[in-house]
Amino acid sequence: MDYGYSLSFYALAGLTVLSSLLVVSLRNIFHAALFLVLAFVGIAGIYLTLNAAFLAVVQVLIYAGAIAVLMLFAIFLTRNAMAQGNPPGRLQASALITAGLMFIALAYSFANSRWAPGPATPPDIGPELLAKELFTTFAFPFEVASVLLLVAMLGAILLARE
Amino acid sequence: MTTEQIVWSIFFSPLAAFLLICFVLRPAGAHGLAGLATIVGVAGALGASVVTFLNVLAVPGHELPLADYPWLTIGDLRLHLGLAVDSLTSVMLLVVTSVSLLVQVYSLGYMAGDTGYSRYYAYMALFTTSMLGLVLADNLLQLYVFWELVGLCSYLLIGFWFHRPAAAAAAKKAFVVTRFGDLGFLLALLALASVAGTLTINELFTEHKVAALVGASFLGVTALTWVALGLFAGAAGKSAQFPLHVWLPDAMEGPTPVSALIHAATMVAAGVYLVGRMLPLFQHAPAAMAVVASTGAVTALMAATMGLVATDIKRVMAYSTVSQLGYMMLALGLGGYVAAFFHLMNHAFFKALLFLGAGSVSHTTGTFDMRYMGGLRRAMPVTFWTVLLASLSLAGIPPLSGFWSKDEILATALAASPGLFWLAMATVLLTAFYVFRMLLLTFTGEYRGGGAAEAAANGDAAQGADAHGHGGVRLHESPSVMALPLVMLAAPAVLSGLVNLPTIPALDDFLMSRTVRETLEAHHVAFNPLLAAFSTGMALLGIALAWLVYGVKALRADSLGSALGGLPYRMLYHKYGLDFLYEKVLVGSLLYTVVCGLFAALDRYVVDGLVNGAGQLTRGLGRGLRRVETGQVQAYGLAIFLGVVVITAVAIVRG
Amino acid sequence: MAEIGLNHYLTLSALVFCIGLYGVLARRNAVGILMAVEIMLNAVNIALVAMSRYVGPGGQPTGQIFAIFVITVAAAEAAVALALLIAIFRTRGTVDVEEINLLRW
Repeated sequence: MDYGYSLSFYALAGLTVLSSLLVVSLRNIFHAALFLVLAFVGIAGIYLTLNAAFLAVVQVLIYAGAIAVLMLFAIFLTRNAMAQGNPPGRLQASALITAGLMFIALAYSFANSRWAPGPATPPDIGPELLAKELFTTFAFPFEVASVLLLVAMLGAILLARE
Repeated sequence: MTTEQIVWSIFFSPLAAFLLICFVLRPAGAHGLAGLATIVGVAGALGASVVTFLNVLAVPGHELPLADYPWLTIGDLRLHLGLAVDSLTSVMLLVVTSVSLLVQVYSLGYMAGDTGYSRYYAYMALFTTSMLGLVLADNLLQLYVFWELVGLCSYLLIGFWFHRPAAAAAAKKAFVVTRFGDLGFLLALLALASVAGTLTINELFTEHKVAALVGASFLGVTALTWVALGLFAGAAGKSAQFPLHVWLPDAMEGPTPVSALIHAATMVAAGVYLVGRMLPLFQHAPAAMAVVASTGAVTALMAATMGLVATDIKRVMAYSTVSQLGYMMLALGLGGYVAAFFHLMNHAFFKALLFLGAGSVSHTTGTFDMRYMGGLRRAMPVTFWTVLLASLSLAGIPPLSGFWSKDEILATALAASPGLFWLAMATVLLTAFYVFRMLLLTFTGEYRGGGAAEAAANGDAAQGADAHGHGGVRLHESPSVMALPLVMLAAPAVLSGLVNLPTIPALDDFLMSRTVRETLEAHHVAFNPLLAAFSTGMALLGIALAWLVYGVKALRADSLGSALGGLPYRMLYHKYGLDFLYEKVLVGSLLYTVVCGLFAALDRYVVDGLVNGAGQLTRGLGRGLRRVETGQVQAYGLAIFLGVVVITAVAIVRG
Repeated sequence: MAEIGLNHYLTLSALVFCIGLYGVLARRNAVGILMAVEIMLNAVNIALVAMSRYVGPGGQPTGQIFAIFVITVAAAEAAVALALLIAIFRTRGTVDVEEINLLRW
């Protein structure tokens, strides 16, 4: 048994879960955003334990970098909107129950699913293979995704323009 | 032309006239030609009928083999379109086409100048077509279609002057009352189709069909009896038998030639024709036969008594028609197949003549009320003499046609049922009395002013009935287009009895065609001279009584009327209260108040309640549910994920 | 302590997903809600990558490719959502979702 592997998984998982919990429970929206970055980094670490190094890099670049920064900008731009930060709403209790039920449903489903057995050793999926797949098999979705990004960018500019 | 084409042309020739009037003459505005078109069409049918009659006469067995054409197949039930011509059909064809032709000619004079002239002739052509189709049909469904078509024509023609409320009401009454009977007819058809599996008339008479009908039963009565009673209900409605007779006297609101053709000679005889046609079935249902016979006898007597007091000349005739149709039903109910059709034929001629005579009289006097007529004998000799002959024929004086057929019916009754025989015999006396009362009031004594006097008596300027308004000014004989049909009808009215003399029963032999001979038990009753003498005596007694009261006035009509406190008179005058019973009690109170009240309540509270309730429910639901639409996006998200949880739970629980 | 396997990753994924879900449903600040949505998307990505590693014949990059597409769409979503948020803030002066309730009776 690879204790180092297990240890790193539990550490990263604990980091991710804890950060996520803080993101959704802190009243200070700015602190919440910082913990969001931490959660993203934790998830990047999880990717590493799954032998998905390329994804881990992408995760750090896009989420921990770009999206988190976008969130911070949003917070700054709406700074004076809510003096009380990010308070819990009226539906807090029902939200908690729903989330709990959802977790039970998901966990039950996962536990009772029979997956096709996978390889014993982690497969080596490097950036080369991903790039080849993206530009051959998934070429069309890839192009659609690029158009989506363009449209989203234009839309965002149009919406946010004074 | 082949035999078959000739038969079809009987049907198509008046139909062509109808279509011509509807689609060519009326749109083109050539209304004046409508009469000619119908007359030519009917004349063509008459010619073809004569040829067909001769063909039937020449064929042994007196049946023409005609092809029929498949129409509909519903499961095992195969419906055909086809014509059947046997001896009975050919006789009916002759009667219908000849009377129709004479009536159409007569109408040239009677309807001259009427604004609905072309409409009238279109209806008449349609009626003749339908009546011929009815007679020619080889299956009951086809017969039913034409049955309803003649009913429609009757409705249209009774209400021909629809701007008169009385005519519109009478048309509605005729339509609704006959509908009660037609319901029975329809049910009988459905029963026949489901039990016997065929509606073709001759097929129904085969042994295994009859056995099937006798074998099935409903409420302890055989299907055959139900079918027979249903068919008789239809026949009773059409032929104005008690208790559905009330529409026929009111139907006299139509133009008089219509009354002569439809409500005396042809359509009202359709009921008798139907029962007679189906007699091979009826004879296996003794209960139904008893109902037919007793209904006929009761109707005959009852209508005759009501005819005693009517003051409207056409109503007298109408009651007489009901009474005579009762005779025919009586004969059929007792198995007198030939007697009934013999009387039907004779009656068609002399009753059409009587009606046309009444029309002629009112054409001159401007009224139908006999109290304002009188003394017309000298002014209208042709009308007088022809009506006299018809009246004698109706009363049953030998050797006129009515005598022979009436005597056969009486002989049949005497042989089968003494009770019904005495009812019929009483009717003979009454018939002679009322018809001579009519004759004496109209043609003898002093002229009592006609339409003008009636209008004065009623205190208004409105013209009575369908009078043409030259009453009281100058009495004259009707124009020759009207007088000629009278004379031409007088010939068969006098002579048609000679086709079935006791010694030479030509009609008897002819009408017993092959199918009838095979399927119907023969009921031939020998001529009884004693009976003949007795019935003639009764008729003469009736005439003498009428003469005493209305001729020499030895007995005063008023004092007779007030006999026994005037109760019998009032009862007769008010038609035994049947109209009151139907209109006020059944329709007015029971139907309107109770049934309609129930339905109104049902509609108001249950149906409306359901509809309004549905509205209230959705409105209430909406009012309640819109509170759920808080506009809180998180509430919606919550609902979505709860839904996902529920769906997952259901999927897990159901495996 | 059992060896780390697919179920561990899936449980982590479900847990993070439900935390994100709670954040979406329970918080009032629209920016906070957006952050919670990002957490949910990441949770899905964890599941996808774990599947790619443990399920089916090895060497199949489809799960990771899916994750990349999810990231792409999430980036687009974040950009548009924040733009919308700013527009709403500009017109209504708030980002409190309990006060943004025009879509109601």
